[in-house]
Amino acid sequence: MHLLEPRARPSRLMRWTAPLIAIVATLLAGSLLFWSLGKPVLESFEVFFIQPMTSSYGWSELLIKACPLILIAEGLAIGFKARIYNIGAEGQLIIGALAGGGVAIYMDGSDSAWVMPAMILAGAIGGGLWGALPALLRTRFNAQETLTTLMLSYVASFILSFMVSGPWRDPEGMNFPQSIMFGDNALFAILLEGSRVNTSIYLTGAAVLAFWLFNARSFMHFQLEVGGHAPAASRYAGFSSHQTVWFSLVVSGITAGLAGVGEIAGPVGQLNLNISPGYGFAAIIVAYLGRLHALGIVLAGLLMALIYLGGEAAQVSLQMPFAITGIFQGMLLFFLLGSDVFIDNRLRRSA
Amino acid sequence: MIEQLIPILAGTLAAATPLIFAGLGELVVERTGVMNLGVEGMMLVGAIAGFAAAAETGYGVAAGLPAGALAGAATAMIFAFFALSLAANQAACGLALTIFGIGLSAFIGQNYISYSLPGLKPLPIPLLADIPLLGPVLFAQDAVVYLSLAAYAAVAWTLTKTRLGLLLKAIGESPESAHAIGYPVILIRFGAVAFGGAMAGIGGAYLSTVYTPLWVQNMSAGRGWIAVALVVFATWKPTRLLFGAYLFGFVTILQFHAQGLGIMLPVQFLAALPYLATIVVLVVISRDRRVLQNNLPASLGKPFLP
Repeated sequence: MHLLEPRARPSRLMRWTAPLIAIVATLLAGSLLFWSLGKPVLESFEVFFIQPMTSSYGWSELLIKACPLILIAEGLAIGFKARIYNIGAEGQLIIGALAGGGVAIYMDGSDSAWVMPAMILAGAIGGGLWGALPALLRTRFNAQETLTTLMLSYVASFILSFMVSGPWRDPEGMNFPQSIMFGDNALFAILLEGSRVNTSIYLTGAAVLAFWLFNARSFMHFQLEVGGHAPAASRYAGFSSHQTVWFSLVVSGITAGLAGVGEIAGPVGQLNLNISPGYGFAAIIVAYLGRLHALGIVLAGLLMALIYLGGEAAQVSLQMPFAITGIFQGMLLFFLLGSDVFIDNRLRRSA
Repeated sequence: MIEQLIPILAGTLAAATPLIFAGLGELVVERTGVMNLGVEGMMLVGAIAGFAAAAETGYGVAAGLPAGALAGAATAMIFAFFALSLAANQAACGLALTIFGIGLSAFIGQNYISYSLPGLKPLPIPLLADIPLLGPVLFAQDAVVYLSLAAYAAVAWTLTKTRLGLLLKAIGESPESAHAIGYPVILIRFGAVAFGGAMAGIGGAYLSTVYTPLWVQNMSAGRGWIAVALVVFATWKPTRLLFGAYLFGFVTILQFHAQGLGIMLPVQFLAALPYLATIVVLVVISRDRRVLQNNLPASLGKPFLP
């Protein structure tokens, strides 16, 4: 006798409370973790989740981290609805950053106002192409996109490493694997004095709006959902599964590529080996935590950004390795998946 | 030329060893219909647990491998609870396990960053090791390389010749039928997942205590994912997995000998080769849908609640 039984119909209530349950469970498990490490539990939580939000600087940093996460997750959510699992957004981010960074490097010294638009365009094309590759492999050769997207993200990181330690290395950079610092017209303008918040936030805003409209208004979105939930019905209706694959992977590649440009032309300001602290992977969690919903993803992105900030704070004030961020991310995804089970199932009532 | 070939081929066997362990483990798991994409995470946890045990106890590899196996199996149980007991999405649970494992291993590993271990001396087999060419390649390896071959033989034999193997495969084909006959499907799948975790843990511990032998954050560098791809490439057959692993071992080891062979490519391109090879191999095997369809365990990845 199993503990669970299927519900007659999926619970709408559980669909939106599951993320909250997951967050509470993560906090509980987190306190167990702090306690087992001999850290004061409440104080640790204060450092991790409260302190970053007590200053306006903290809030601005939260926005900076949330922007790429939300941007990537909005793109990924399109594919996830159709059960196209792009888990290599990290690689698409890197290639987007390389393409955008290449423009900045070659146009260094020019005072043209077109540098920034060209970088954005290049980033979108770069990320989109890196997403198109697994789409080609899937539609032409039936190779599963989960493994190919992931393998391509390793390849992307080697390309990045090659470019910044070879052709694009800063000649005056003491041999560090990094490019020149970008000029002002290759950087997003700062929006808030005294913070690092910049105009790349508009890219994320546009993506949220676009994805919301796409969800609410487009027929393509309907095709994706049908394809994800009932592949047979989708085929019967004559929807093209190839089109779905291409669309999902290219769009998520584009958003990841844009996020890459946002990083190098924003907080990072150059190409180097640390342009992303795993945003491409964390965005997968953000997409699911936000229920693949345009606005849900915004909230989830802010929470994930807080986990990043908390990890940095814990490093400084609690002398904990930054890796604690990964532990929290993993726990959050586990608990979310566990709570999601109760959307379609319920605890068996004793007979 | 032959003199150059010997270290390459000998190195191939060592480089393939972590993939053989992790791949065989995942193969058994997938044969029971469960897809655990957390191999990378389990390998890393096994790597740091093995390294810590080897460094703290002073028993070296003899303590490292069992500790790696235990730690791998323990982390696999987290996956099993969510993916099997709660029947949550297996692919996503595996991803969660990988993210968690990368974080946990880096967290623990912080204390072991500047350590190094003595590693393991080769164990030449008397007489056989003196055969020209074959001797130094096959019979002058470290003990764990031999162990990986024993593990291959044990898994292949169990799957094809024993009742247990038949049961595992039956559960992978139709968990409903196995459940109806009265077999505890979930429990047996738990066992398989624990085995997969232990094997991935051993693979990781081999990396950190013998192959490298030091702890570097994220040191498995995608080998866990390559192992998952190898299982698909092997169409769920142990012998093909073994050869697949050697192919990858060869591609991996090539980068260290490229210069000697006169290949003047940037290091990053050579380092990317195993990942590109994985993609090529996946494309080759997936092209013909029937090959995969005929060998794929029918219930693979599908949640099952009795």
